[in-house]
Amino acid sequence: MLLIACPWCGPRDEAEFHYGGQAHVAHPEDPAALSDEEWARYLFFRDNPKGLFAERWSHAAGCRRWFNAVRDTATNEIHAVYRAGEPRPVIT
Amino acid sequence: MTAESVAGSVAEFAIGRRSPAAAYAARFAAASAGGAIRLAEIPFLTHLNVRADPASPAAERIGAALGVPLPVEPGVVTEGGGLSVLWLGPDEWLVVGPDGAARELTERIRDAAAGEHVSVVDVSAQRTTLVVAGERARDVLAHGCALDLHPREFGPGRCAQTLLARTGVVLVAVEDGFHVLVRSSFAAYAAEWLLDASVEYRG
Repeated sequence: MLLIACPWCGPRDEAEFHYGGQAHVAHPEDPAALSDEEWARYLFFRDNPKGLFAERWSHAAGCRRWFNAVRDTATNEIHAVYRAGEPRPVIT
Repeated sequence: MTAESVAGSVAEFAIGRRSPAAAYAARFAAASAGGAIRLAEIPFLTHLNVRADPASPAAERIGAALGVPLPVEPGVVTEGGGLSVLWLGPDEWLVVGPDGAARELTERIRDAAAGEHVSVVDVSAQRTTLVVAGERARDVLAHGCALDLHPREFGPGRCAQTLLARTGVVLVAVEDGFHVLVRSSFAAYAAEWLLDASVEYRG
């Protein structure tokens, strides 16, 4: 089981969290101006890297806040957690 | 069924309240007889869910009106005057008070908010309070809770929303053990689980 450090509550079991997919997917400025393909890209197309991936998590069984984590999809190591609204940290 | 007996059973349901774990009182008492573990229910406490911006003047005024500041540090409980305020989230608290205090406390918080963006909801019926106390309390909870409950990490004055035996609970550390705030519909399950987990610790 993953041990995920909630930015508010500290390290907790993965079972307390919900996964929210890729982070930093911006809502289009003017959705009405988008073509069907562009809208579909916004809705359904996500990165699928092998390596570092910024993703959203919700501490559903704890403080119920959403936050972001940078996880290595190959090793499951979590390199950073940060609160919603904060920029993605640079990981070297 | 006669009309009279229907009226009789309606009256029976109308009288008094039954707490979610009331049916477990005798089994809790039997399990507590050895002294190493003490199980009990504290029924009908007042629970108010309060949401406000922690940096706002309203949050400060609410703290002053309650006589207990709203804790801003995660997992901290502030206490005073028979009330405790539990940190549930960065802008969310649970005010715990004695039975029957909901209306008066709600009004006090609402007055203190003075029109600012604040939410106060009476959630007293949402959860009941199970007491897990005694020297083996920590061992019992450790059967179903992944948190480090050692007093060095989770002593009196700390609280946490977490999972206990896969059930969402609010754990509160108190002087001689823990209060487990569990949803009413899960209270019977939690009571059964606690009774089962405590078998090996009964003196």
